[in-house]
Amino acid sequence: MVAAIASAGLTKRFGAVNAVDGIDLDVPAGSVYGFLGPNGSGKTTTIRVLLGLAFATTGTHALLGTSTQAALPRVGALVEGPAFHPYLSGAANLVRLDAANRVADPSTSRQRVGGALDRVGLSAAASKRYRNYSLGMRQRLGIAAALLQPRDLLVLDEPTNGLDPQGTREVRALIASLASEGVTVFLSSHLLSEVEQLCTDVGVMSVGRLVWQGRLADLRAGRAPFVRLETGQPFDAAQVLTELGLDDVHAADGHVRARLGMAEPEHVVAALVRGDVGVRSFTIERASLEEQFVELTGEGFDVSG
Amino acid sequence: MSAAETRPYAPPDAVRPSRWDSTRKGGQLRGVGRFFRSELGMVFRRRRNVVLLAILALVPVLISVAVKVGGHPRHAGSIFNSITDNGLFATLAAFLVISPFFLPLVISVVAGDSVAGEASTGTLRYLLVIPAGRTRLLAVKLAAILAWCLACVTAVAVVGILAGLIFFPAGDVTLLSGRAISYSAGLGRVALVLLYVAGTALTVGAIGLFVSTMTEVPIAAMAATLTLTIVSEVADAVPQLSAIHGWLPSHYWLKWVDLLRDPMITDGITTGLWVALAYVALFVALAWARFSGKDVTS
Repeated sequence: MVAAIASAGLTKRFGAVNAVDGIDLDVPAGSVYGFLGPNGSGKTTTIRVLLGLAFATTGTHALLGTSTQAALPRVGALVEGPAFHPYLSGAANLVRLDAANRVADPSTSRQRVGGALDRVGLSAAASKRYRNYSLGMRQRLGIAAALLQPRDLLVLDEPTNGLDPQGTREVRALIASLASEGVTVFLSSHLLSEVEQLCTDVGVMSVGRLVWQGRLADLRAGRAPFVRLETGQPFDAAQVLTELGLDDVHAADGHVRARLGMAEPEHVVAALVRGDVGVRSFTIERASLEEQFVELTGEGFDVSG
Repeated sequence: MSAAETRPYAPPDAVRPSRWDSTRKGGQLRGVGRFFRSELGMVFRRRRNVVLLAILALVPVLISVAVKVGGHPRHAGSIFNSITDNGLFATLAAFLVISPFFLPLVISVVAGDSVAGEASTGTLRYLLVIPAGRTRLLAVKLAAILAWCLACVTAVAVVGILAGLIFFPAGDVTLLSGRAISYSAGLGRVALVLLYVAGTALTVGAIGLFVSTMTEVPIAAMAATLTLTIVSEVADAVPQLSAIHGWLPSHYWLKWVDLLRDPMITDGITTGLWVALAYVALFVALAWARFSGKDVTS
């Protein structure tokens, strides 16, 4: 299947700084791809280049298997927050955008604007001026603009930025329901929890580079489990574990920790019992996703929200 | 809200009609009429623009009242002094008054705002991804600026003609060369003057469009456009620079008085139109070159 977004060596240089540094994106069609990275890691610049707002210094990219200009009619986008004319109503702003669309059918404009507003729950505020919209309403109007046409790909840059918990839930539910209809969603976020909650795939950005990319499930599975046991005979326990072939065995006062590797926990417990090691507690530990991302990026993530 | 209830939003995996294939016939200019009408709405419904247009249209009224109240002309022959003989000259006097500064100002406001205004509200990025197309967007902006130029001079002409009819005699028009023509023929001359003024004013519009692609601050684009206009006029006023006077866009702005002679003297008019066309072509080309390769980071 053709990738929804593919790039090769995509680089954007501002002066002497590579804001985006040779990234090879591969966003599978039908996925919800979390483009994760701290603020300033090059996510928005990448999105601007992908959407043709800015031009790559070097490297290539394709949307929906074709050039950006050819693909744009099938791509809805929210870039760096919503932006509309303050003195026009929400509906008038959408009509304005639809009129500018070189491929929109004027005869269905009214229905499509109504449908998009309805979809994001703004029908009641359609005739209200944009300047009187709350932040959440503005964000939803931005998503409505992305939904004016049937889309194959939605590029959403920090769609929950600045929203209260209620607004955040609403926007996330909307994204999930769009994804369930088969739209590929490319979601940039600095929130790990958001990506964990919504995404099937993930790309991790750090200082302009894509440091990890793949299925979220693989990332989760890739987390090496540890066994940790409390015992009165830590050195005897350590010997049993070493004989079983576990790595990184660390014995300390009252407990032992080791990398589980391919060993089955049941066999480990049985071996300990056979070796006459008194076990007070036995647990399997995994590195949290956050710890993994810190390892990848060298930076912490905002895990709240 | 009936529209949304009776016609639910089409799911994106619905059958996609071929009209979304952007490579189909028409290319960049498809649907441009609707975009242009939308742009006209943005320009002509904006309160600031409406107020400017209204004040501009009041200039011939102001002149009419002043001449009516102020009394008799001191020396005959000029446009101002002809107002008391025929009301049509109120319109022409207004053109004379607005050409050096007020008209360029009003055009700078709209032209300077054209791209920079969208950039400053952030709507430019959404117009481009919707997608409007860069060349198409620029073409629509230019067309709206031209419409604005025409609207400005037409408003002045219409109000001026009405004010002239109210305050002054109508009858035959004695031209600057001394020959008299009928009132309707006089209206024809005013129409020619109107087109000439609008055409040469588009120079300011094209400069404004170009400057507007250079910045995200609309007020800066307006000021820069007006500054360039004034520089041209200042240079035109310095006799020592007479060698370049023929190259200055503003040098020809008042040449339309030659249309008020019988027979008309068209040399200056023709040159003025060519120079205007050359400047418009130059600045539109610069605007396109700038905008088509520009990173939109607003």
